[in-house]
Parts: sequence; structure tokens; C-alpha cells
Amino acid sequence: MSAHFLQTRGLKAHYGDAQALFGIDFEVGEGETIAVIGANGAGKSTFMKSLTGLVKVAPDSVLIEGRPVGGSRPGDIVRQGVALVPEGRRLFPSLSVEENLRMGAYAERSGPWSLERLYGLFPILKEKRKVPGTSLSGGQQQMVAIGRALMSNPRLLLCDEISLGLAPIVIKEIYDALPAIAAEGMGIVVVEQDVMVAQRVSQRLYCFQEGRVSLEGASEGFTREQISQAYFGI
Amino acid sequence: MTETLIQGLLLGGLYCLFSLGLSLMFGVMRLTNIAQGDFIVAGGFAAICIAPLVGGSPLLAGLVLLPLAFGAGYLLQRGLLNRTLGKDPLPSLVVTFGLSIVIQNLLLEVFSASPRSLESGELSTGSLSLGGDIVVGTLPLLIFVAALAATVGLQLLFARTPLGRAFRAVSDDREVAELMGVRSAHVYALATALATVLIALAGLFQGLRTTVSPADGPLLLLFAFESVIIGGMGSFWGTFVGAMVLGVSQQVGFGFDPGWGVWFGHLVFLAVLVVRPNGLFPKTKG
Repeated sequence: MSAHFLQTRGLKAHYGDAQALFGIDFEVGEGETIAVIGANGAGKSTFMKSLTGLVKVAPDSVLIEGRPVGGSRPGDIVRQGVALVPEGRRLFPSLSVEENLRMGAYAERSGPWSLERLYGLFPILKEKRKVPGTSLSGGQQQMVAIGRALMSNPRLLLCDEISLGLAPIVIKEIYDALPAIAAEGMGIVVVEQDVMVAQRVSQRLYCFQEGRVSLEGASEGFTREQISQAYFGI
Repeated sequence: MTETLIQGLLLGGLYCLFSLGLSLMFGVMRLTNIAQGDFIVAGGFAAICIAPLVGGSPLLAGLVLLPLAFGAGYLLQRGLLNRTLGKDPLPSLVVTFGLSIVIQNLLLEVFSASPRSLESGELSTGSLSLGGDIVVGTLPLLIFVAALAATVGLQLLFARTPLGRAFRAVSDDREVAELMGVRSAHVYALATALATVLIALAGLFQGLRTTVSPADGPLLLLFAFESVIIGGMGSFWGTFVGAMVLGVSQQVGFGFDPGWGVWFGHLVFLAVLVVRPNGLFPKTKG
């Protein structure tokens, strides 16, 4: 067993006709929270899609516990314990809150997460379990999207821009739920536009710039100047 | 009057079975099956071929036919129709249109152009008194009950079961459903398999009730389309009600003049389109 649960080595990916990632080396271990920051178009979302099989990449450029999984089907990757909270939440509009959560358990991985436990983490969802997922407020929808990913009992949770379009107080509420999730050994990767939030919630961060890693290391160790240099390349 | 209404509703039962498969395939994968009518005719001919092998009993023929239809539908979707799906609806329309032509000509080649029917024994002559002087045929009543049961069954399947949840999820957002581990190719194939079972059942009943001939398909497709669109795309109860409206309209037309029935159905269909372009119970968004 390798030290890192998930690793990428020289990951290259294309989005449409354009190359979006130019050799990303990345790793995340159990119980670790990693932030990925970067400007729009830096390749963060393509990176998330590459890890989950939505964008096809070379087999040995993504490793789960040392096994090559790059380019596997999304369903095979979720069965190996990697779940994505997609950008824009993308709840199923014709499914109720509870049905959305049950879809998350479709892969039937065993583990600690169940509907009861999830309702304990986000009590409001229990109250609203019968209504269509898309009728909730933005923050509540995000809770459903995170809950849906947790229902697959992942060992690594990928969160793509979960604060997008939400009020600061709601963002704080959602991020405050993460440490309890990570405490049981689940790795978490958050893609985040807000650098302050990213630094606060993570132990390590990667900054992407035009498809390459421009900065990487302990989140607390960086100054503003270092980060804006890595962010914008100026 | 009551007589016409009841006969119309019973005819609607048959149209409901014609159209549920269409409604199901469109609902799950936005695929419009132009060959629906020809599938029904093929189902009828299949039943006619199977019946002598099982001692002529339509019931036994159905028991053999329906599992075969399930398998055929699954393979058709896995092997062919899955390749036509995408943002663009045109490839699936062209391919099912092509299938329609292929099936018509194959049936013509094998069975010739003359209409054939399925021997039903006492089923077609039996009748039931509903009190008063109203008497209905056993077979039309059986068809109606089957249509009602199929509608209720599909509705429950979609609303209550994990498979129904997966149907709705892939229909909403295929990519995210795949992220959860849903194999959409398999789920689509199951939807078509179920639709094909309903189609085969419709074909069996059509063969029992009247006749099937290789050129019937397009007209049956038209009835199925009209039922689905009157009811509103994407709702099984809508399809059921649409079929009833079509059946009663045709029956009323037949009452005026034997040549007016089908034409009257088209008129009512157009009227519904003018008044409610999305049908009576629209559910489908986007």
C-alpha cells in the first residue's frame, strides 16, 4: 500500500480540442484536506473530471493506492472510493432530496455513511427529504450534493467549487462540516476560488496556472505575494 | 351514448398499450422510436408464429413472446440504439426510421401482404354484462385491464423502485448518474427491453382483436404518437388519458359514419394541440 491514497503523475488532459493539463503531479493521503486554487481556466475542473473518469486520461497518470485507474469508467472509480461533488451541484431535478441521496449510494460501497448519519450532519435535509432537491436554497442544495457524494462511502471526497454562488455565512457552515468528515480518515480535495477560505480549511494547497502546478506546499506557509504570483503569474 | 363512451374507452386501452413503450423510451432517453408501429406489427406476427407451437393458446403464446421481446429490446438498445444517442436527436430518428422500413419489408417478404390474425378461441366471442343492457366483449375488457395495469405498474416502478430512480436520474443528468456508478448503457437497455415487452403485448392483442399486416405500422405509430402528445410527453398517466381521449373520439366518429372514426381522432388531436400545445398533463422540461 502506497503512502498516498490517490496520486497523479505527469497527468495530461484535453478538454475538447485544447490541452487543459500539462503534466500535473499531485498526491493526497488519508485524512488529509487539500485545496486546489487557481484562476478561471487554470484547469481545476478538468483536473477533477480527470480524477473521476469524466475526462479520459492515460491509465498510469492517475493511481489509486498505486493501481493505475486513469481513463476508467466513472462508475469503476466511485467503486474504488473516489466521489465527486460536481461544480454547480447538479442535483437530479426530478428526484426528491432523499432520492438524490439514495442515488449516491448506487455503487453500494459499505462504510459509515447512511441516510440517518447524513441527516445528523445536515438536519435540515431530514425535514426537506420529500421535496424536489432543486426546490431548496443554494446552500441546502449544496448539502444534498455533498451528502450524495458521501453516501458512496468514499475514501476521497472531491469538492468542485462548493462555495460558488453562496452567501459567506452559508459557505462557513458548509466548510465547518468538513473536519468532522475528515476526522475518520477520509481525504478531501476542495477546489476553491477564495484563497483565504482555501488556506483556512486545508493543510496543503496546490495552485494551478494554465494547466500546470505553479505552487505547492503547506497552506499556512505562503504569503499573499507568493500566492498572487502563482495565481496570476505576474 | 354510454355505449359509445364505453367502446371508446376500451379502444383507448389498446391505444394505451400502443403508446406506453413510446412514452417510456422518450421519457428515459429522449429517443423517439419511429419504428414503434412496425415493432407492434412484428410483435403480432411473432405471436402468430408462436401460437401453433404452443397448442394455439394465446395466453401461452404471450408467455413465450414477452420474455423474448425483453431480450430482443435489450439487445437492440445495447447493440444499436445506444450508439445513436446524444445531444442531437437526429441520428436516433434516422436509425429508427430505417428500422421501420427494414421491418416492413422483411415482414412483407416473409408473410406476404395479406392481413393475418391470431386465433383467440372463445376469447373473442365471449362477453360480459355490466348491468343494464350494456355488454362488453371479454377481449376488449382484458385489453383495457392490461393497459390500466401497465400504466399503474410503470408509474409505481418509476416512483418507488431503485430501477425507477435510476431511470429518472439518467434522464435528468446522464453524466452525474454515471458518477454515482450507474451504467447508462445498461439502464437504457432495460428501458427499451421493458418498452419492447409492452409493444409485444400490444401486438399480441392487435392480432387477437383484428388483423396485422406488414403495412400497418405507420398508422399504429400515428395512434401512439397522438396518444402520447394529447396526454403530454413524459407522463404515463398522461399517455393513458391521451389514449382514452383518442379512443373515445374515434368511436364517436365511427358513430356518425364508419369512415369518419380515424379522421375524427385526428381532428380532436389537432384541437388539443391548438388549445394545449404541451398536451393535457405535460411533465417534461427542456
